[in-house]
Amino acid sequence: MTTVQLGMPTVASDPHGHLRGTESFPKAAHKALADTQLRRNLGHATRTIRAKRAAVVGEVDDWEELRRAGESIKADTMARLPELLVQLEEQVTARGGHVHWARDAEEANRIVVDLVRGTGADEVVKVKSMATQETGLNEALEAAGVAAFETDLAELIVQLSHDRPSHFLVPAIHRNRAEIREIFLREMPGVDPALTDEPRRLAMAARAHLRRKFLTAKVGISGVNFAVAETGTLSVVESEGNGRMCLTLPDTLITVMGVEKVVPTWSDLEVFLQLLPRSSTGERMNPYTSTWTGVTPGDGPQTFHLVLLDNGRSNVLASPDGRQALHCIRCSACLNVCPVYERTGGHAYGSIYPGPIGAVLSPQLTGISGPDDVNASLPYASSLCGACFDACPVRIDIPHLLVQQRAEAVAAHTRPTAQDLTMQAMAIAMTTPARFKFAEKALGLGRVLAGRKGRITGLPWPMSGWTNARDLPAPPQETFRQWWSRTHGDTQRSGAGPSTGEDA
Amino acid sequence: MTAREEVLARLRAAREAGKPASPVVVTREFRTTGALAPGSAEVLARLDETLTDYKATVHRVDTEAGVADAVAGVLSEARSIVVPPGLPGEWLTGYGGEVRRDGPPLAVDELDAVDAVITGAVVAIADTGTFVLASAASDQGRRAITLVPDHHVCVIRAADVVCSVPEAIARLDPSSPLTFVSGPSATSDIELDRVEGVHGPRRLDVVLVGP
Amino acid sequence: MRIAVVATCLGDAMFPQAPIATVQLLERLGHEVVFPADQTCCGQMHVNTGYLDTALPVVRHHVEVFAGALDDGVDAIVAPSGSCVGCVRHQHAMVARRAGDEGLAQAAEHGAARTYELSELLVDVLGLTDVGAYYPHRVTYHPTCHSLRMLRVGDKPLQLLRHVRGLQLVELPEAEVCCGFGGTFAVKNAETSTAMLADKMANVLSSRAEVCTAGDSSCLMHIGGGLSRLRSGVRTVHLAEILASTDEGDASVDAVVGGGAGSRSTQRTGEAAGAAHGHGVAR
Repeated sequence: MTTVQLGMPTVASDPHGHLRGTESFPKAAHKALADTQLRRNLGHATRTIRAKRAAVVGEVDDWEELRRAGESIKADTMARLPELLVQLEEQVTARGGHVHWARDAEEANRIVVDLVRGTGADEVVKVKSMATQETGLNEALEAAGVAAFETDLAELIVQLSHDRPSHFLVPAIHRNRAEIREIFLREMPGVDPALTDEPRRLAMAARAHLRRKFLTAKVGISGVNFAVAETGTLSVVESEGNGRMCLTLPDTLITVMGVEKVVPTWSDLEVFLQLLPRSSTGERMNPYTSTWTGVTPGDGPQTFHLVLLDNGRSNVLASPDGRQALHCIRCSACLNVCPVYERTGGHAYGSIYPGPIGAVLSPQLTGISGPDDVNASLPYASSLCGACFDACPVRIDIPHLLVQQRAEAVAAHTRPTAQDLTMQAMAIAMTTPARFKFAEKALGLGRVLAGRKGRITGLPWPMSGWTNARDLPAPPQETFRQWWSRTHGDTQRSGAGPSTGEDA
Repeated sequence: MTAREEVLARLRAAREAGKPASPVVVTREFRTTGALAPGSAEVLARLDETLTDYKATVHRVDTEAGVADAVAGVLSEARSIVVPPGLPGEWLTGYGGEVRRDGPPLAVDELDAVDAVITGAVVAIADTGTFVLASAASDQGRRAITLVPDHHVCVIRAADVVCSVPEAIARLDPSSPLTFVSGPSATSDIELDRVEGVHGPRRLDVVLVGP
Repeated sequence: MRIAVVATCLGDAMFPQAPIATVQLLERLGHEVVFPADQTCCGQMHVNTGYLDTALPVVRHHVEVFAGALDDGVDAIVAPSGSCVGCVRHQHAMVARRAGDEGLAQAAEHGAARTYELSELLVDVLGLTDVGAYYPHRVTYHPTCHSLRMLRVGDKPLQLLRHVRGLQLVELPEAEVCCGFGGTFAVKNAETSTAMLADKMANVLSSRAEVCTAGDSSCLMHIGGGLSRLRSGVRTVHLAEILASTDEGDASVDAVVGGGAGSRSTQRTGEAAGAAHGHGVAR
């Protein structure tokens, strides 16, 4: 487990890679919330995708059955993960591929850098991959003198603008078309100066920019959506054709996958290829899904390497409930429906995995090192509204996992915090009826604060968080139990009858 | 300990530590057959709709004898095309431009220089507007030929059209590369709205053979 | 039917009008209401803030108090709060099992199976959609997250509201989006919470409703606190209060006449509540 260095750059010293930011969620959210353009962009994009998703999910009459199948196939996978990975390794190797294992991000990067160097190439083309974003592979390649070209349009936008991804699916979701045009005009060599902000024109500019790279690249690097243990088949689900370019044209393909991406059988794809596209881009099917098995003579890369990455996943697997977070198929539906994500965007989460699933996955991957660990703030970045569970195509109980990770955050308190003491005092009051009544009486003092206007408009920290934006009503002159006693006497029921007695 | 041994040891320990209280039961209660019969007029009509919805242009012909005319029509402006080694010669009888067979394989720059590619498909999915190309099928060929040219013409036979994703998966052999194609290249990366035409073929014509 | 009421800690101490209205409504419908006086809190705040171990005695207390009520012949337990019932139904047993107390977990499940949110009790258990209420206002309904997605109450509250005479129900745009309360979230992530509240308030105001109602006093405290700060002229009223209102008098006003406990909905919104004073005072 690593201790976060506040104020230090994110990656370099952390063997986990990009799984921790540099400040807590409330601090990062403060900046994001002040960015009105960001909020407008996110509101527009998430509203668009929510409507599209709802429409295509509505077409599928067995959607709930598919979700349950997805959930149970993933649970079964986790229960057999070591065996399935060994089977995958055997199949890939038998088909002419090479399999490597990496304990953490640093090791995965080292493996990939060595493989690239071995080819003599000084540049690589990449298809968007969360795994290599997680490990910080691009920085590692750059340090080794290898230029990595991101080819997914949104990744390209992020890379050209020296920005960070803020969404699984659309890493540049925080940018609108006008901003993208400006980035292209500023950063893209040889771009047509008459470029407009029409999305089609922007896509054409990306095509022209990357075309030569694709046709001449010697090494491609990818992630994986699903890896089939039974057959050794890997798959990449994408839209633009940049994935096909990277998977098909180079001589060497290096694929990095988190170990949880394995599925037992080929036929399991009948479930996931229905769940994923409708949940992610809100399409019946994404434009391109590629599958390949090892090396195929005469078709595609003749050298293939698969890197299997742990990087904390075994920590997650060790938690009976928490391992559900490994079921995630990175569709990003939970981000798109999350009212917190919609307002803060992905950067506020620090980790490369934002949104509700990120808030339960990141702290489990890294562990929570103590009360000052920024990842301890992530499980609290939710109102527990539950929209994420309803949207999740594999039924991950994210609200429950958020509560569970909050418990982990509390357990990591090395000394009692003010919050701990308050919670303990309240628990004592709430288990002793006499003290509870006394506490209610004390609350009546709030009427003094409220004064004649009947409302409280300012309270000291931490309750100032409330009264900065909302009034609080004055406590009532009479509590419910006082009203009951006055209107129903000392009996506990509306008719006469015996009391229920004191509890133990 | 090697990384392999260590990762596997960690995973084995974690699998036991996090073992669920009761064994996992995999439920597969979803539909494995589609609402429309494979190869039926109804399933073809649905495929026509979903392909069109994702901006492919569909050309309907009743029998395979009509393919040559349809191909000639959609390729009237293509000066040169590439075809996989086993593409039926009778599909090309109406086409007047240069035909380059991909055998021996063309270089990438040669593929980049042709105007279009024609292939068959191993299966098509009406529910989603998808067809699948299998590298091992001689009328489909290696992946690069359907990727580099900017215009793809795909001939789909009625017998190969199924309604649902599970029906298609059951027909596919993953041992050679497969490409699932649903419409021309597209992106949703700008404001999450779909626009067609990025790195893959920007124009997609489907010749659909059957009732 | 003999029904035990869970006042909820927030309802008991801060918003008594909701449990009072619940009692008045059920008594008016001819049921016997029981108030187990030792009750305190369901423990939801502790659980949802991550204090699962600290919550254990709170959960045990709640389970034991209401187990006593059930032993005493109570047929059902009701709370005018979706989130408290959500905690009872979905979290009590989890907290107990986590602590290794299987006996408590089973007792919690036994109690939870007989605990209902108000609209569930009325529609599912008592089979009512028309409770004979009269409430001549323009009202919009905010489905609180825990009633919507934890309890799945669906349109039960709307069915009840549609049968209230005089009530004009108007649709709340983007109704199912969280208001931003979220318990301690509203304090720990106050700025994000406020950003969510701003959008909820904009939707409430765009509905042109005079009253925003919901099944949870906590969310109403949040939405109402924001609307009060804006001097918006829209007030928040718990669903129970609307359902308890008759042409004999508005439940909250009844309580004012009775002794002053119930004017919170008017105090809460300050001068904005003036509009509500125009009716139902007679009793």
